[in-house]
Amino acid sequence: MRGDVSALQLVLTADPALMEIVRLSLVVSLSAVACAAVIGLPLGALIALTRYPGREASIVVLNALLGLPPVVVGLLVYLLLSRSGPLGTWGILFTPQAMVIAQTILVAPIIAALARQTIEDLWLEYRDELAAMNVGPAGRVATLLWDARFSLLTALLAGFGRAAAEVGAVIVVGGNIDGFTRTMTTAIALETSKGDLPLAIGLGMVLIAIVVVVNALAWGARRAGERLAG
Amino acid sequence: MPARRTALAFAAAFLAGVSLAQAQAQAQDRSIVVFSTTSTQDSGLFGHILPMFKAKTGIDVRVVSQGTGQALDTGRRGDADVVFVHAKAQEQKFVADGFGVKRHPVMYNDFVLIGPKGDPAGAKSKDIVAGLKAIKAKGANFISRGDRSGTHSAELNLWRASGIDIAKEKGPWYKEIGQGMGAALNTASASNAYVLADRGTWISFKNRGDLAIVVEGDNRLFNQYGVMLVNPEKHKHVKKDAGQAFVNWLISPEGQAAINAYKINGQQLFFANANAPGA
Amino acid sequence: MLAPETDLPLELRDVSVRAGATQILDGVTVAFSPGAPTVLIGPNGSGKTTLLRTAMGLIEPSGGRVTWGGRERVPPMRRAIVFQRPAMLRRSAAANVEYALSSADVPRAQRPKRVEELLALVGLSGFDARAARRMSGGEQQRLALARALAREPEVLLLDEPTASLDPAATKAIEDVVRAVAARGIKIVMSTHDLGEARRLAGDVVLLHRGRVIEHGPADEFFAAPKTEDARRFMAGELLI
Repeated sequence: MRGDVSALQLVLTADPALMEIVRLSLVVSLSAVACAAVIGLPLGALIALTRYPGREASIVVLNALLGLPPVVVGLLVYLLLSRSGPLGTWGILFTPQAMVIAQTILVAPIIAALARQTIEDLWLEYRDELAAMNVGPAGRVATLLWDARFSLLTALLAGFGRAAAEVGAVIVVGGNIDGFTRTMTTAIALETSKGDLPLAIGLGMVLIAIVVVVNALAWGARRAGERLAG
Repeated sequence: MPARRTALAFAAAFLAGVSLAQAQAQAQDRSIVVFSTTSTQDSGLFGHILPMFKAKTGIDVRVVSQGTGQALDTGRRGDADVVFVHAKAQEQKFVADGFGVKRHPVMYNDFVLIGPKGDPAGAKSKDIVAGLKAIKAKGANFISRGDRSGTHSAELNLWRASGIDIAKEKGPWYKEIGQGMGAALNTASASNAYVLADRGTWISFKNRGDLAIVVEGDNRLFNQYGVMLVNPEKHKHVKKDAGQAFVNWLISPEGQAAINAYKINGQQLFFANANAPGA
Repeated sequence: MLAPETDLPLELRDVSVRAGATQILDGVTVAFSPGAPTVLIGPNGSGKTTLLRTAMGLIEPSGGRVTWGGRERVPPMRRAIVFQRPAMLRRSAAANVEYALSSADVPRAQRPKRVEELLALVGLSGFDARAARRMSGGEQQRLALARALAREPEVLLLDEPTASLDPAATKAIEDVVRAVAARGIKIVMSTHDLGEARRLAGDVVLLHRGRVIEHGPADEFFAAPKTEDARRFMAGELLI
């Protein structure tokens, strides 16, 4: 992106470099949310449905992880994926995969914590009915996840918002490489450091617009679903 | 059956997440990771020369910009194929320690002392040592990168040359921000402070506010860049062929010409000097 | 565990249930055998709900034994329960019934037809696509009945199925109960409505403070109660 054109122009002309940045941001954040959902939803359900010593403590820890600093997660993943680190042989540092891994770690606790609350509430309601219908543990988890799906969508959205907005983790593990690992947020950080504040603000507006659109779509899906399923 | 449907949805979501990420990793073979400094990146030099290199060799160069010290550390950990930085003493140590194969001089630009147009410290001159002494004497605000970058170590060398032990003699007027060149200029612009910057970043910097060049042209402001292939004997996965091809191209007549041809607003930013003795 | 041939007779022997310091059931011995509906009556807090849940196998007694067809710890495959406030799955009425059918391992191909039959049986034909949680209390109660019947139980436990329903909704439920009983399904239900007990009961169990005060054929119980507590209960004087 050249600094001498305005952000508005870049958007209106669908500047290829800008579109690539937007595309990569969406791909990385949505992939991370998908992976985090696969980890977080069953984990949340497990904590909601089981009773074990130290359960309260694990809920406190999980809720505390909501505030994980992205840059710390980025650093941990960096050290893990570094050639000198334990997973160095994968050779994926400074690639979009590394960014997905970092954001997955960032987002999974959010999804798990919100899912735990949602599923536990529903479980209190369903427990007797499912026991009376002789539904086993796997069936219970599946039933609760399915019936809470519209509430869980909110958890996924919260995760997406976090992933799309963070810069600390992706810049450390992705490296902000032009055309390869540059996302909306790292581009904003870069333009800010170059002193091109109008372009940075313009990119920020685009980012906000995308998050609003994604939320609106999810909200619409949720309302439609609730009308059908109650 | 909700259980089966949910399980399927999960599997699908996971595969989608993984495969999307996988698609990004295609064509990774013909690419190298180059760690360079914020000043070269922010100046736009790479945007100018890398397409030429790619057209010639088909190799994708992925540039991550960090301060020189950080970039060399990344090379030590084996996370870079090539480092392209500007702090000769640190570079020589990097090679001497066996982390780099050989240091090649590539180009130079120069540092400039930036400050408020009104020059409250009276630092304006052709002499950087006199300028720094004036700032220290007046206790005028000074922003230091404080991030072990090439610019930071150049700044520390200049204080030393001025006979000032900045670690001991700094006061509240001396602020280390621990960030990149752009951030340091933004901070100086917001607080009307003096700051040492490389000329390339300064020329392409937009948020200048009331700042202007205070000292330039002193020989001591000379800023030499060097490039090194990370030692494949230390880190086996280093892409030595592609990396060496990039190093060779940078110091070849073709690469040197490309560097000299890069201009912003008609001003040349970097001066190729691969063959200058002692550079 | 292999379910026995039958869950009946369903017997509680000297069953006690405690919740903390409170004794909810205190040495209850009672047997439910095939035949006309058994109706549990007693003041609020006398232990009717706990007795039904224990009979379902949802509560582990702190003392005594519960047996189904003479065996202990039989999974709930041949019995079903409708709670006083049944929880509706967040799905359509038809999907609620379908869920119960699948939980009872009814083959998928047979389910649509069974869903239609069951909704018709409880008077909810045409409600298939309605969101269960948006239906009225009486409709939800009948949908819960359809769900319970989907499991083709030998014994159906109903916890105050007509509590807080208006007379028309009450009559609809009672009609279903009669129809179900006529098919040979053993009904054990609680109520605080003596009129309902008279209309439906083959035999009556009077509970008070977690104990069985009286258990006998309904006509005898209402004509000539054997205990002073039963007389006082019917006069509205027996309180917790």
